[in-house]
Amino acid sequence: MPIISITDLSKTYASGFAALKGVNLAIERGEIFALLGPNGAGKSTLINIVCGIVTPSSGTVTVDGHDIAGDYRAARRSIGLVPQELTTDAFETVWNTVSFSRGLFGMRPDPAHIEKVLRALSLWDKRGNRLMTLSGGMKRRVLIAKALSHEPRVLFLDEPTAGVDVELRQDMWRLVRELRAQGVTVILTTHYIEEAEEMADRIGVIRGGQIILVEEKAALMHQLGRKRLILQLLSPLDAVPEGLAAFGLALAGQGRELVYTYDTKSERTGITGLLTALSDAGIRFGDLRTEQSSLEDIFVGLVRGEAA
Amino acid sequence: MAGGMNWPAIWAIYRFEMSRFWRTAGQSILAPVISTTLYFVVFGAAIGSRVSAVDGVPYGLFIVPGLIMLSLLTQSIANASFGIYFPRFAGTIYEILSAPISPAEVVLGYVGAAASKSILIGLIILGTSALFVPLRIDHPVWMLGFLLLTATTFSLFGFVIGLWADGFEKLQLVPLLVVTPLTFLGGSFYSVSMLPPVWHAVSLANPVVYLISGFRWAFFGTADVSIAVSLGMTALFLVICLGLVTYIFRTGYRLKS
Repeated sequence: MPIISITDLSKTYASGFAALKGVNLAIERGEIFALLGPNGAGKSTLINIVCGIVTPSSGTVTVDGHDIAGDYRAARRSIGLVPQELTTDAFETVWNTVSFSRGLFGMRPDPAHIEKVLRALSLWDKRGNRLMTLSGGMKRRVLIAKALSHEPRVLFLDEPTAGVDVELRQDMWRLVRELRAQGVTVILTTHYIEEAEEMADRIGVIRGGQIILVEEKAALMHQLGRKRLILQLLSPLDAVPEGLAAFGLALAGQGRELVYTYDTKSERTGITGLLTALSDAGIRFGDLRTEQSSLEDIFVGLVRGEAA
Repeated sequence: MAGGMNWPAIWAIYRFEMSRFWRTAGQSILAPVISTTLYFVVFGAAIGSRVSAVDGVPYGLFIVPGLIMLSLLTQSIANASFGIYFPRFAGTIYEILSAPISPAEVVLGYVGAAASKSILIGLIILGTSALFVPLRIDHPVWMLGFLLLTATTFSLFGFVIGLWADGFEKLQLVPLLVVTPLTFLGGSFYSVSMLPPVWHAVSLANPVVYLISGFRWAFFGTADVSIAVSLGMTALFLVICLGLVTYIFRTGYRLKS
């Protein structure tokens, strides 16, 4: 059973803006899932609904088998949320605000756990500091500590590395890996592809309130390994000659370009064979170039609504 | 937490809210002491010496319940409205909304803390008054009962204002334009029976009259309206505020989109 099941989830705000349009998504237990999408795609709305901050217009969500509306206590108890905005209580100390969060989630005080969390986030020395005296990066750490204070089974990180320095980013990824090792499911939203690439087991792409792709990262990376060889023909072709059908060629540029797609990671790219075959067929070319599609290209293609 | 209420959460909110009070303890305690002293200097010593006793109670003593009520109402509203408005304003409300807490528990935490603070202030004013006049409390249990009931009711009312307000100025609007006039006209410093018949009748439409009257009865055993009516009106206002809060949470108004 997936740890989070989202079924036909829609959200139309009072303004009439449809932020989510029939989203279906299953998050597997223990995975790191990256939700990629441009600004305004519905990433935060989706997270906020699962966490109970926004009321859905229709559809259902279950967390660890608990309905987020009917059984909200059990559903929310297993969730930790690190919001996008740096919202903290200026006058509270680090220790108090993190302890407050634990209490809010119905847990008995456990100073040993709070200490562990603060140490993991390099906040231990700052535990007596008031939040308003902390830098932006430190506040972000505090928000993560708050989210981990009640030992959640699922952690949401909404744009965790927006405006974050390299050190914190590395600390954060180390922490996320540790959490996964403990069986915690992590869902992060981002519009940085490298982030998804570095961390995620699976990647979902959201655009215009709809999930348009959910893929194992490995499968996406496989597409990344593909390259295209483009041959500039001396004389245009109307169609790919039948004798070359086996190469899966495509015509482009009004028949002036012949495109061959190959896998750089395979033992044989087939390029030599292709060139020989072209020579045999009497097709001549004046120039050639190769192109590699990055995850970014795939992503940009997807969010623009084109085939990747 | 095994089923039932999320007590740790209520306690966490309550403690968090109270910590603000203690953090600014100097202000929280000094302000009511100073204002009470001022009232006693003006109304008790300067004017009071020329005013005859009301219902057999010396004027300086007579204004004690009204003074406490005045602060109780304004403090309850200010504390509770600020308590819930600030997290909305700062964005930290996300944590309350995403926590496994029922609306009733949220209200209990915030309103409980706001009421506790204003009751503390009420008692401080009572203590300060004792420095100026020999206190007399005929029905101490009723006095505490009214203190508790009024603080709770007006903290609830403040909570509603804090949910409704979408700016700091609106937070001040209702206390300034509605509550303060009602309190002053509600007989804080006089008995409404001292008014001409027409204004007496108009005053009876002011809910604060019933609060002060009941509270004053607990002190001196005399009242403008019967104690049952006072209790009934206070309870009615409590129920109205509870209804409003329930409605707000059910619809998510100004809390959730």
